[in-house]
Amino acid sequence: QNFPAKGENQGKRILKKDREDNHIKTSKYNIFTFLPINLFEQFQRVANAYFLFLLILQLIPQVSSLSWFTTIVPLALVLTITAVKDATDDYFRHKSDQQVNSRQSQVLLSGRLQSEQWMNVRVGDIIKLENNQFVAADLLLLSSSEPYGLSYVETAELDGETNLKVRQALTVTSELGADIHKLAEFDGEVVCEPPNNKLDRFTGTLLWKDGKFPLDNGKLLLRGCVLRNTEWCFGMVIFAGLETKLMQNCGRTTFKRTSIDRLMNTLVLWIFGFLMCMGIILAIGNSVWEKSVGGNFRKLYLPWDEVLSDAFFSGFLTFWSYIIILNTVVPISLYVSVEVIRLGHSYFINWDRRMYQAQRDTPAEARTTTLNEELGQVEYIFSDKTGTLTQNIMVFSKCSINGKIYGEVYDEFGHKLEITEKTPCVDFSFNPLRDRRFRFHDHSLLEAMKLDETAVREFFRLLALCHTVMPEEKMEGELVYQAQSPDEGALVTAARNFGFVFRARTPETITVYELGKAVTYQLLAILDFNNVRKRMSVIVRNPQGRARLYCKGADTILFDRLEPASEELLCTTSEHLNEFAGEGLRTLALAYRDLDEDFFQGWMQRLREACSLVEKREDLLASLYEEMEREMTLLGATAIEDKLEQGVAETIACLTLASIKIWVLTGDKMETAINIAYSCNMLRDDMNEVFVISGHSVLEVQQQLKSAKEQILGSNREPSVSDCADTEKSDAKLDSVFEEAISVEYALVINGHSLAHALEADLEGLLLDTACLCRTVICCRVTPLQKAQVVELVKRRRRAVTLAIGDGANDVSMIKTAHIGVGISGQEGMQAVLASDYSFAQFRHLQRLLLVHGRWSYFRMCNFLCYFFYKNFAFTLVHFWFGFFCGFSAQTVYDQWFITLFNIVYTSLPVLAMGLFDQDVNEKNSIRFPKLYEPGQLNLLFNKRQFFLCSLQGAYTSFTLFFIPYGALYHGVRDDGANVTDQQSFAVTIATSLVIVASVQIGLDTNYWTAINHFYIWGSLAVYFSILFAMHSNGIFGIFPSQFPFIGTARSSLSQPVVWLVILLTTVVCVAPVLVVRFLRADLYPTQTDKVRRWQLASRRQHPHEQGLRRVRRTSSRRSAYAFAHQEGYGELITSGRNMRFTGPAPESGLGSTSDPGPHTWKMHSSSSWIENLLKKRGLTTGSSPKCRPDNSTERWHTEGIPGDQHTD
Amino acid sequence: MGKKVAGSGPCSRIPDNSAFKQQRLPAWSPSLTAETVLPFFYIIGLVCVLLGVALFLTVQKIQEIQVDYTTSGTCDACFEMRSNKMSASVKCRCSVDFSLKENFQEDVFLYYGLVNFHQNLRRYMDSRDDGQLVGRTTNLKNPSTYCEPFAYNNGTPIAPCGAIANSMFNDSFTLKYLPPTGGVVIVPFYRTGIAWYTDKNVKFRNPQIENELLPQVFQGTAQPFYWQKPVYELDPSDPNNNGFINEDFIVWMREAAFPSFKKLYGILNRQSKAIFEHGLPAGNYSVTISYNFPAQYFQGKKLVVLSTVSWFGGKNIFLPIAYIVTGGVILVVAVVLTVVYIKIGKKGLNMEE
Repeated sequence: QNFPAKGENQGKRILKKDREDNHIKTSKYNIFTFLPINLFEQFQRVANAYFLFLLILQLIPQVSSLSWFTTIVPLALVLTITAVKDATDDYFRHKSDQQVNSRQSQVLLSGRLQSEQWMNVRVGDIIKLENNQFVAADLLLLSSSEPYGLSYVETAELDGETNLKVRQALTVTSELGADIHKLAEFDGEVVCEPPNNKLDRFTGTLLWKDGKFPLDNGKLLLRGCVLRNTEWCFGMVIFAGLETKLMQNCGRTTFKRTSIDRLMNTLVLWIFGFLMCMGIILAIGNSVWEKSVGGNFRKLYLPWDEVLSDAFFSGFLTFWSYIIILNTVVPISLYVSVEVIRLGHSYFINWDRRMYQAQRDTPAEARTTTLNEELGQVEYIFSDKTGTLTQNIMVFSKCSINGKIYGEVYDEFGHKLEITEKTPCVDFSFNPLRDRRFRFHDHSLLEAMKLDETAVREFFRLLALCHTVMPEEKMEGELVYQAQSPDEGALVTAARNFGFVFRARTPETITVYELGKAVTYQLLAILDFNNVRKRMSVIVRNPQGRARLYCKGADTILFDRLEPASEELLCTTSEHLNEFAGEGLRTLALAYRDLDEDFFQGWMQRLREACSLVEKREDLLASLYEEMEREMTLLGATAIEDKLEQGVAETIACLTLASIKIWVLTGDKMETAINIAYSCNMLRDDMNEVFVISGHSVLEVQQQLKSAKEQILGSNREPSVSDCADTEKSDAKLDSVFEEAISVEYALVINGHSLAHALEADLEGLLLDTACLCRTVICCRVTPLQKAQVVELVKRRRRAVTLAIGDGANDVSMIKTAHIGVGISGQEGMQAVLASDYSFAQFRHLQRLLLVHGRWSYFRMCNFLCYFFYKNFAFTLVHFWFGFFCGFSAQTVYDQWFITLFNIVYTSLPVLAMGLFDQDVNEKNSIRFPKLYEPGQLNLLFNKRQFFLCSLQGAYTSFTLFFIPYGALYHGVRDDGANVTDQQSFAVTIATSLVIVASVQIGLDTNYWTAINHFYIWGSLAVYFSILFAMHSNGIFGIFPSQFPFIGTARSSLSQPVVWLVILLTTVVCVAPVLVVRFLRADLYPTQTDKVRRWQLASRRQHPHEQGLRRVRRTSSRRSAYAFAHQEGYGELITSGRNMRFTGPAPESGLGSTSDPGPHTWKMHSSSSWIENLLKKRGLTTGSSPKCRPDNSTERWHTEGIPGDQHTD
Repeated sequence: MGKKVAGSGPCSRIPDNSAFKQQRLPAWSPSLTAETVLPFFYIIGLVCVLLGVALFLTVQKIQEIQVDYTTSGTCDACFEMRSNKMSASVKCRCSVDFSLKENFQEDVFLYYGLVNFHQNLRRYMDSRDDGQLVGRTTNLKNPSTYCEPFAYNNGTPIAPCGAIANSMFNDSFTLKYLPPTGGVVIVPFYRTGIAWYTDKNVKFRNPQIENELLPQVFQGTAQPFYWQKPVYELDPSDPNNNGFINEDFIVWMREAAFPSFKKLYGILNRQSKAIFEHGLPAGNYSVTISYNFPAQYFQGKKLVVLSTVSWFGGKNIFLPIAYIVTGGVILVVAVVLTVVYIKIGKKGLNMEE
């Protein structure tokens, strides 16, 4: 075999045999390493190590106060459950590895193409890729089916961008084409940088045929991309397997822990301390007792060895014995139970049909199973805009043509109707080339079109001509538009449906089917869009030979360049534009200009000259464009709806009522962001003030922030301050469910460059203070890094739980930074989802995730923890009290089997059932009363105080559990005269009381008794009694007399009325105070939950009456001016013809008439520079001297409408 | 890294619409409303008070007398004698007089009581071999290590081994009734039937070797250090009450939970003499003690207790009082809660909407 191509890493030559293969491995274990590695990992956890230590202690006979099985049974159970979970996880990793590794690809082997599994592909191999195939490894593009060695890739899996990217092979290699022999003989050598995770950077050199060719990112196809619009291409593997940029990017994400987790760890440490204290007290007690009382008794009846009979040493041993006995205050099963509950909650999220989106067939997914309860504590939401709040779907919704508005529907009385799904659509069936998905509701426009109104026709002709859309017609009549921005797509599609079908283009012509008739225009020039110009124009010559300029652009810009005669129309259109803007629509103004032939020829000449310049070309072009685009005639305006995701406004309103603050962090322009904020109801007209921070220097920003803060504080000193101040959080009012938030409202809008200053160390405090005083905060034009910084700032300084939600690659950093990251599994690829903790299809699901699942999770987890600590204190502290009666000898109260089984069998399932299924308020009311979410934010349900209270309750219970039986049985006898005060009867009495009290308590704590709860609670009691009788039975005693010495105790004790009287009294005394406290609290200081529960109960009794959430109305009367959601550079692409494919079915008539290139066609650049240029503009490559780069470098990356497209550096 | 491949159906990944998965399981959600809590409190309070009163009345009917004989009566001398280890094997008898002010009706039980004797020390409680006591011949000759240092006597296995058996209570009592008419009537007691049925019949068994009598079975074992006679001669009067199934032994082996306890010694035999047919008549009594058990080492006391029982056991005033107090407190709290609910609480019921 001949593999001359070599990948070389930093000068180190890789030999042929150990060339890196493409095998990837994300799994951790295999069958043989699983047990040792997993056990090692598990014993690294403090809790497990602690119990191992206990186990060792128990093996020392002088110390051992409990048999070894009391620890090893729960420990083994815990280890097994964890191991099973780890094994399952790893199994799925193995499976997905296997699936990826065994994908097929075509590899050039021994001079011919062979199908190979991905894992067998090696560095240096040459691979053939076909259209729509995944790229198997990082490849150097050698040649492709497209002209000039171009190929198109979709990088959605890598960076989340759905638009196609262009890659171009080196000219020398692209000449290889599809010639297998030549390719097989290819013996180039690549020297490149070592593998790294930078997706947008690559430097290397190809050494071939005595030539040195520089390589950059534009020649690389990265693993994970999909080849699009390219029939085939060949590439040489440079990085394979784990060295690919994709795998290098799959770094271990930082492990997120919830605040409850951290609290739990602190509490466990506290309990350790408490345990030590108890041990010390009892050890001292033992020393004293030995000295004063026990010594004499023991001398006679219980002699130790000499050494051990020293009182001090005895105390020391007793300490360890008591550590063993009392270890159950640190619940071994706590961590496992918490994991199980979280896993359950995650499944409930995955199973929720109301978070399933049918259109994309996407259910919600909890990708992390450890964060659920934190969902109930979120205070700040950081949201991306495009794709999250908006669908990034543009719909041609209205237009104003020649002073008349189209697109509105009126009923017979002339009232404007709201357009809904049911509104009848215009029938476009007359047009065989229509786009069937296009909907328009106003019939009058079509009628106007049919009536041959010139303005209307010219309007749509403009829309069909003035754009940079590429048509694709795979089959006759099936047109697909490749639009660079969704706005443009929407406009061209509108024109298409109204009969002006843009069907084909060449670099020199545009073919439009005007009402069924093919008309071919000569494309004379494209005056491309940029962010300064905010408009684009085309100059076309119609078949009649007239040259005309068509221009569309931002109204503010365009209105300055109209001929004076349009004045009247301008006023009407301007009014219409106001109206459109008020509805949150994105507007464009359209105009045309008939060109004088002489003037045009002169201009064209100058343009050609300008283009050949190297210096100052941009400036010169700009002024030439300026010269051309004036004295235009206004045609009208379009209004495009940037469709909000379903239910966004309602969700935001609801979350705001739940005191969650929503910040929008977007890469979009300020105008767009503000407009969307208005349509989401985040900004409203009745807000006191919207502060816009857009300073360019630190001082400016500081000044603006300060004045904003002073203004807020000055006018409204008392009420709104507490809104944000953490110190006053606890006494936040929870009075009314529908309490309107602060009446005085402010909003803050901050720009990206101002934010850069504001995020500096000395200003961030001010920024945060000001931002928190505002109800709405919008950051626009922020980089992904800034998004993360903002989240980090709030996380660090506010100590609040933050949630970041986004859908694109630019949201990944903030998703990873926030406590909880939510990915929208939308159109922008998987990157955000892969980095997220939760994912679902639409923003509106957030409401349910937080208010239902999050709140329940938090509520359940807190209740669970309270009960768990209570139970263990009640269970364990009995030994402490008994210590005072048994000479501190570390004698247990209970049977050892009871100690072993209490936590894992008798009481585990009911509390698990509560932790999994409990509901304080049902889901409907959880959403209806968003105020119910507040206890989570204020951390009310489980905190140190709650822990203290439930431990105290546990201690009280243990006290009762011990002293009531003590008092009752102290001198008691049975009804047959035999004594009942023996230790075994006492043990059974207390154990039974404990199980019953614990069951009653869990019954009180359970708010939602499903069949499962009933089954577990009653079942646990039944299991307790069956196991009790089984262990105290003759049979088992006959087999193991030493292990089951309690023979007959259950029978004898539980048949005694006095024992039941004791149990009853104990239960009543334990439970009654809890009932009193709870009743009084619910009665005197009812929480929101209590109120809603009562209301729920009452409304269930009465007839249930439905009442939806208040409908949120959009109220806005803002005037906005939009430029294109567009990027520059595509004009060049079209006129140079590089992206044209001549393979598709071309319209016969269109091409025929333009076979002559014509004197007016022109090319701007030399053939190799345009694509480089385009890539540069899009920030894909850096370095190397640009020939034609925009001078405004700050504006360079800020293109609009395609999120994820920006800030790649 | 792969996108999830959409399945076959149009809604292939839609979660099941089951009540369980959608968390819509039918459920009962109780809540602490006044209508449920207040009546509950009244009922529980009332039940507790009534139970307490009933118990109290029952307890009042129970007669009990405790006689501390550690040093009282003529037992001073014996107490002194037992202090001296040298005279441990010397027999000592003494007697204590007492009188019953009322008749002890029905069955009368004779107990011995020990105060400050810690049968509940961990190592003491562990120091037994249940395998030996259930009659396993292997354990008989190889007592468990738990029995140390009472497992072997110079290499001979001890039966029964362990600290508990070793420290078995070995005083014996003879109760004499001194009728006002003069003379002495020895009060007859059943000395069997005082252990739990399961202990007597399951937990304690003598080792069985065919064609061998008890002394032969126990051959090769030593008696516990502090015992005066071997285990198979514990009850000279009843051959079936010897070995591990001796009921005094069984009673002793059931360890008390607290340092002060009483254990059953005998039950009045009402059939054998006519005057005891209805229990013990009031009058003067004298108990003669064979004083063997030393109490001074642990600063303890020894008692003789005579008591009758009721359906709920012996004389213990704690439970009735506790019930009455608990019931009373609950009733008071219930009234307070009612007042609070009527005066203040109802406001909270209204939902401000």
